[in-house]
Amino acid sequence: MMQCPKCHAQMNTYNRNGVQIEQCNGCRGIFLDYGELESLTRLESQWAQQAPPAPPAPQQAYPPAPPAAHAPAWGAPQHGGHYGHRRQKGFGRMLFSS
Amino acid sequence: MTTTQTSVVHDLGTLAHRLSHPARTPCVCEPPQVLADRPDGTVVRSGAIVAKAHAADTDRDALAARIALAADPRLAGILLPPLTAPAPAAPTARPVTLWPLGAPVDPTDPGAAPWAEAADLLARLHRTKPPFPLPPMRGPAKAARAVARMRAALRDDATTVSTGLRDPAALSVLAGWRALPAWARGEAPAPARRAGALCHGDLHLGQLVRHPAPDGSWLLIDMDDAGVGDPAWDLGRPAAWYAAGLLAPEDWATFLDAYRAAGGPAVPSHGDPWPALDVPARALTVQTAAVALAKCAAEQRDPDDHEQLMIESCARIATLPPELAPGPAS
Repeated sequence: MMQCPKCHAQMNTYNRNGVQIEQCNGCRGIFLDYGELESLTRLESQWAQQAPPAPPAPQQAYPPAPPAAHAPAWGAPQHGGHYGHRRQKGFGRMLFSS
Repeated sequence: MTTTQTSVVHDLGTLAHRLSHPARTPCVCEPPQVLADRPDGTVVRSGAIVAKAHAADTDRDALAARIALAADPRLAGILLPPLTAPAPAAPTARPVTLWPLGAPVDPTDPGAAPWAEAADLLARLHRTKPPFPLPPMRGPAKAARAVARMRAALRDDATTVSTGLRDPAALSVLAGWRALPAWARGEAPAPARRAGALCHGDLHLGQLVRHPAPDGSWLLIDMDDAGVGDPAWDLGRPAAWYAAGLLAPEDWATFLDAYRAAGGPAVPSHGDPWPALDVPARALTVQTAAVALAKCAAEQRDPDDHEQLMIESCARIATLPPELAPGPAS
């Protein structure tokens, strides 16, 4: 698991169109390996040539930084997942106990 | 232990029942109902009366001050006041207090959870000047107790005796614990800038009731850990849930906005609240994960989804270089 070179929080790996991208859980910065920027640029130009463009696959999108939502560097990646789950299950016992 | 506990439950039920309707009136009461039964708090209800037996090792003077706080008119509308009733005839092994019945948060309806009301109550509590000398808020002491409980449970658990505290989850909890400043581990007084506010000390959704039931205003209950200390501690548990991904961002925003709107002093009124919340939220993450691992060991089961989130949060805390932790780590 990588650590962010800027804020030292943990980075998570996301796969976008076959390109591995590391995003920091803390500052949301993105780290690209050698050649990955070129891969993305190439994908982008291919994308632009398609008509009409297909919508991007949502499950592959890396999470955008929510505006003005402060969180600690050690916070969980705040992107979907757990919350829908929680709403379905109702509360955990945890929210009601010491 | 079973016998003792059963006898406590019986005695509390009898006491609550005796007070719930006048003597020599026809009794149509339901049997007393056990609301909680733990060594640190056994709570039994009969009619509109709730009787609570506190922990056997309770500091009785400190408890008396905490109960007096709940009864103080300056805390009316914030804390549920106790019932004034004659003390039990014989001294009991565990101190007993009496309370009016309130309606708790509905555990089946997350949308109706009173996040804003809880935050407003905390802000008003934190803004109230302590009306008389009070013991320290016990949040850090509870966190220390949880970590000790985890250590003991993992040592006692025959199934993990070979690995013991090499369990990665337990090691994460201990690493997160060691990175906390001494005051947050209950080993030193809180720094002056973090001390002095009236605090609840153990906030969660089970600590709110509507009184009078079912439609009265929300009030805070359970004074066992209340006292003076860092008001950010009372925000630490929701903050820890949010950081772990357990509390939805919109619920956290509701809670935080309401706290700020009510003038709560634990966080700055604008900007990033995390410099103030970081240490308490870490401590409560560690505490919650420690309790979860202790329960899992005792019940010989794996952590559930929510417990797993808190354990993962501890693992992230443990990966942060200590120099990033605010304040001295010793």
